[in-house]
Amino acid sequence: MAKGARIALAGEGGQGVQSVAEIITEAAYEEGREALYIPNFGVEQRGGVSVAYVQISDEPIGSPKFKTADIVIALSPRAIERTKKYVGNETIFVYDADMEGVEESLPDNAAKVLAIPAIRIAKEELHPRVFNVVIMGAVIGATGVVSLERAKQAIEKKLGYKFEKDPSLREMNFKALEYGMRLVKEKEL
Amino acid sequence: MSVQPQMPRTWRTETKPHKFCPGCGHPLVLKALSWAIEELEIEEKVVFGCDIGCSLLAWDFFNLDSVQTHHGRTTPVITGIKRVRPDLVGVAYMGDGGGYAIGSQHLVNSAMRNEKVTVILVNNTQYGMTGGQMAPTTLPNQKTETTPYGRSVEETGLPTKGPEMVASISSEGSYVARGTVSNVRQLKKYIKRALEAQLNGNFSFIEALSLCPTNWRTNAEETWKFLEDQMSKYFTVGEFKTPAQKKEG
Amino acid sequence: MFMAPKPIEGEKRVFMTGNEVVAWAATAAGAEIMYGYPITPQNEIMHYWTRMAPKYGRKFLQTEDEISAGFTTVGGVLAGKRAFTATAGPGNTLMQEPMSMAEMMRLPTVLVVTQRGGPSTATVIYSQQELTMTCFGGNGEGMRIVYSTSGHQDLYDYTIKAFNTAWKYRFPTFVLGDGYQSKMREPVTIYDPEARNISMVPAEAYMGNPGTPGVDRDPVHLRNTYNMEEELLKVINDNMATYESIAPEIVEYQEEEVEDAEVLLISHGIVSRAAQGAMKLLREEGFKVGYFRPITVRPFPAEQLRERAEKAKCLLVIESAYGQLKRIVTDSLYGCTTTIKSYMKPGESVTVEEVVEKVRSLY
Repeated sequence: MAKGARIALAGEGGQGVQSVAEIITEAAYEEGREALYIPNFGVEQRGGVSVAYVQISDEPIGSPKFKTADIVIALSPRAIERTKKYVGNETIFVYDADMEGVEESLPDNAAKVLAIPAIRIAKEELHPRVFNVVIMGAVIGATGVVSLERAKQAIEKKLGYKFEKDPSLREMNFKALEYGMRLVKEKEL
Repeated sequence: MSVQPQMPRTWRTETKPHKFCPGCGHPLVLKALSWAIEELEIEEKVVFGCDIGCSLLAWDFFNLDSVQTHHGRTTPVITGIKRVRPDLVGVAYMGDGGGYAIGSQHLVNSAMRNEKVTVILVNNTQYGMTGGQMAPTTLPNQKTETTPYGRSVEETGLPTKGPEMVASISSEGSYVARGTVSNVRQLKKYIKRALEAQLNGNFSFIEALSLCPTNWRTNAEETWKFLEDQMSKYFTVGEFKTPAQKKEG
Repeated sequence: MFMAPKPIEGEKRVFMTGNEVVAWAATAAGAEIMYGYPITPQNEIMHYWTRMAPKYGRKFLQTEDEISAGFTTVGGVLAGKRAFTATAGPGNTLMQEPMSMAEMMRLPTVLVVTQRGGPSTATVIYSQQELTMTCFGGNGEGMRIVYSTSGHQDLYDYTIKAFNTAWKYRFPTFVLGDGYQSKMREPVTIYDPEARNISMVPAEAYMGNPGTPGVDRDPVHLRNTYNMEEELLKVINDNMATYESIAPEIVEYQEEEVEDAEVLLISHGIVSRAAQGAMKLLREEGFKVGYFRPITVRPFPAEQLRERAEKAKCLLVIESAYGQLKRIVTDSLYGCTTTIKSYMKPGESVTVEEVVEKVRSLY
């Protein structure tokens, strides 16, 4: 699969997994790739684990959901439980390093299991609000589905109106993006 | 020389004699409606919808564009027309089962949304076409096919007072009245006011007390007696809401 | 006549959810009013429609329930407008009553169905369990036209087409989508129908035309009730004869690699994407697998399927329902001796991998 990816992103409501998924998918689409994103949805408007299914490919995309992901990113203990079923022996499983007591529930069949300190870095070195951009960086770093440049454009498109009011936000978002990319790349070394 | 009774001009002669039972109250209500339409000179604008139940027999009664719908569903069909053709005058014609039972949600919600339509509901205290079962308007202790020992208020509640309910939920400017086929001139006046309320952009609702000798199993005298002595006592005839009550300013 | 600006000039490539696509398509098709009642996963069709409607001189009515949404749609059509509604699941159940009136009276209603899990309330997510109901619901004979879409381009194309099919042939027409298509985002080209030489079949009023009835013209008297069996029989026979005569013009299907196919995959809607993907992978592995997808699930491309089915060794019907498509396929192929197998996942998606696995197991 040439630079294709099936990504399952899962977290608690408010962690922003859906907007990350939307931005990545749209960025890939802007790059001329086949791209499809679907959120999970149910009768609970709020609460419950939020899962986003993203597929980016050079071939037309089949079903909107998939059995096995290339990369799973789980940002809460419940999200780990919820997304384990998408793990296969070629899957990279990424979770937030600051979760405690989750070792038992981590998948044992993944190609790689990476813990990244995204929440802590966002909180201590950037701003808690850009946590999801760190995650977005991590996804891009792990899959290479879109270029850094295109990802920046996509963020600009989504949040440009906010950057106009406060240009320092742009800098912080881009920094978060690059930080995220580095986090996985370091881990993979 | 014999003098033929005058037929309203909006009645379609080709479909007369009509299909209602002898002694039925429907033709009187339809006559009052015709006169009201003719006095307002709105024949060209009226779309007439009739329900299921005896009201459906009016589907080709008039020289008016008419549509016969489903049981209880005439109000939404006429509403749907009126929403895209506000220049027309919509009349939804139904029985008490259609308006107060199976289609009560449509009556209530069209009144609450102040749909610019006129709903005319014929109250003959039972389901006529299906053979005389209990309706929401069946009087306490009245015998019907499904209340053979008389309607029990304990088991089935009290008869529906439609205009009273609609008057309390409809917007200012709307018109709500209960007439009776025993006073067709008054009924015509009410219907005319109802159509005027619609022309002024408001909802209107008329209940007409009517007759069903077939299912009541009454002779002519008993039929009138039931209407005058029993129905009219329970169901007050009169206007329940008029645009005149609209607050100024 | 009110001349509102065109919602889309020419065409453009966009990335949006399926519900948004439907709202754009209905707007581009010149739909004049939507009548609707909230139900998931259809809601955003109303949300986008109500945002666009005032800009383009369109209307919306939120009714008290789906029964009313269906019957007000009938009213809008009687008044000669391109009127539509959208629903799902239990709402589709209620919608069968007004749709049966449309079927009896040959009214060109358009209903977009975003299938969710069933029976009952089930899930608000996805299924293909409304196939039978959408094709054959109500107390009728299935004189309906149902387009089953497989993604956003279909949603756009067939929502526009539905208005034309409905008004050209005067049978209730349905766009059968699902919750996945409603909620997912993928690229789609939206366009002004005129830019593609698609002209919209004009809508005409059944009632309320100029002139005083009985004086200048005959009154219109429309009914769906008949006093005698003979009257009804004639109406149904006449309507069915019309339906059957136009069916060949309406039938649409898609097929690939059917010529030498040993295993023919049969699926509709979004599941056909998984079937198509699987077919490609399996072909690469050397399996002789073909793909057949009815686009109109009603009328069904029975003859076309029979021709392909008779050449195959095995048919595999794949669906997110418990045999609803399989029943139609089996009925269409009566007498054909090719084995029919099925892969049924009521209320859950079917993936490419699953289909590949299933086909391998057949060998």
